[in-house]
Amino acid sequence: MNEDIVKVENLTFYYTNDDEESEAASDRKYVFRELNLSVEKGSFTAVLGHNGCGKSTLAKHMNAILLPCGGKVYSAGFDTADDSALFDIRSHVGMVFQNPDNQIVASVVEDDCAFALENMGVEQSEMRRRVDEALKAVGMYEYHLHSPGQLSGGQKQRVAIAGIIAMRPDCIVMDEPTAMLDPAGRREVMKTIRRLNGDGVTIVLITHNMDEAAQADRVIVMDKGNIILDDKPTEVFSNVELLRSVGLDVPQSTELMYLMKKSGFDTDVHIIDEESCANALFDILNA
Amino acid sequence: MIKDITIGQYFPGNSFVHRLDPRFKIGITAVFICMLFSADTFAGLGVAAVFFIISYGLTGLPYKLMTRSIKPIIPIIIFTGFINLFFIDGVPVIKIFGIIITDEALRVTAFMMIRIILLICGSSVLTYTTSPIVLTDAIESILRPLNKVHFPVHELSMMMTIALRFIPTLIEETDKIMSAQKARGAELDSGSFMNRAKALIPILIPLFVSSFRRAEELALAMECRCYRGGEGRTKLKTLSSGLSDYIALSVSILVLCGVIIINMGKVSILHAYTTI
Repeated sequence: MNEDIVKVENLTFYYTNDDEESEAASDRKYVFRELNLSVEKGSFTAVLGHNGCGKSTLAKHMNAILLPCGGKVYSAGFDTADDSALFDIRSHVGMVFQNPDNQIVASVVEDDCAFALENMGVEQSEMRRRVDEALKAVGMYEYHLHSPGQLSGGQKQRVAIAGIIAMRPDCIVMDEPTAMLDPAGRREVMKTIRRLNGDGVTIVLITHNMDEAAQADRVIVMDKGNIILDDKPTEVFSNVELLRSVGLDVPQSTELMYLMKKSGFDTDVHIIDEESCANALFDILNA
Repeated sequence: MIKDITIGQYFPGNSFVHRLDPRFKIGITAVFICMLFSADTFAGLGVAAVFFIISYGLTGLPYKLMTRSIKPIIPIIIFTGFINLFFIDGVPVIKIFGIIITDEALRVTAFMMIRIILLICGSSVLTYTTSPIVLTDAIESILRPLNKVHFPVHELSMMMTIALRFIPTLIEETDKIMSAQKARGAELDSGSFMNRAKALIPILIPLFVSSFRRAEELALAMECRCYRGGEGRTKLKTLSSGLSDYIALSVSILVLCGVIIINMGKVSILHAYTTI
């Protein structure tokens, strides 16, 4: 179970000024310098960070949309710099983006879901089976003949996820999949993500929503291209001051516990969900 | 308001016409158009009209729908009607205020009007019973032989698919931008024609910018789903033609032959007259 699905070794990445092919080091805008990271197969990892901290850039390295300027990224065992493995990487490590509208290609839900399989040249009967399976997995099967325009944001995002699941990837990288959704849509998508993870799909969730990150097994906090925290959510969110200093929040329950602790109550800041928070409050009131 | 615009009014159904292979439907529509333009006589036109009425009956759609497709072209029909009515020579039958209407003009006008109406109605049978996506697939399939001369058939149909997919999205976006500009004091539906045209600029520019952004993101999402052009691609749905498709096409070709024969009949009658 210790196999790594994504392995980032000494990743260095920078943007150069577009106007000239100047290779002068001073023109480079570094995003990462010697970044190391590995994601275990079957895990649910959340990557947290403020805008511009490089979390999306990191996600794009995971399925070879961006290639490292230095160091290596291995996805599903393939080196992302290897051109011939490009489609293998992309079918093993799927990617879901922020805006569901801009990911859906076809005008019928099931046609869109089949898009990746059509590209991969999957045989028709097999394709039918996998499309139905993927739509059932995200709970959108009953809408398979609808047009995306008739769906809500959350439903569209689930269709987009189904389009990725149909490829049967080992890992899905999600770049803020809930950022454009309403609370109901967020809940739908998060539920789908957790269920997929339960079925053994590795999830890398890029987010800046603390409550979503709290649902992962592992939280990585990034700031200015560096990993500053990498631990279980309960441990990560107990570093309230550090998170604040990089412009991040903590889940509301943790915040409450933190404030109470500061005011002299004996509370545990390792609490990240509402239920244990309520239990802790109950205990304090009882004491 | 702008949301109500529909492109290619498709009415879902499960009739014989709905189930026909879209490629054959395009073929039959082409044959029907040939019928209309080869018909020289009212009898020929009548045969085409009967063919249309029967095939429309087979769609199971209400005849009322036809008024919807005719409505927008009424000005065109009236305009061509007028032109024909006053400018064709022949034996005068009506004289009002010095305007002379000839018998030939009446005949040609009636003929033209019926022909245009049938043309519009006939082609709407195709769009009413075939969804735009299926139509795109059919066009791709019909054009496929052009691949041999390096015509980008797959790319063309992909573009059409994406365009169809994004029409509702972009309409929604236009609506939003219009509201946003109105909230900033833009006057979109008042003032002279020039002013209104100018007021469109602050709507079109954001729309274009956002379309480009969307295009970029879509391209990325497509690449992430292993898109690499048309080569080696399979399809979830393939078009299949059956016996009924061939029968329908044969029947329409037979009717076309009938119309042509009627034309020839007219010619021989004329010929008979002149010899007498």
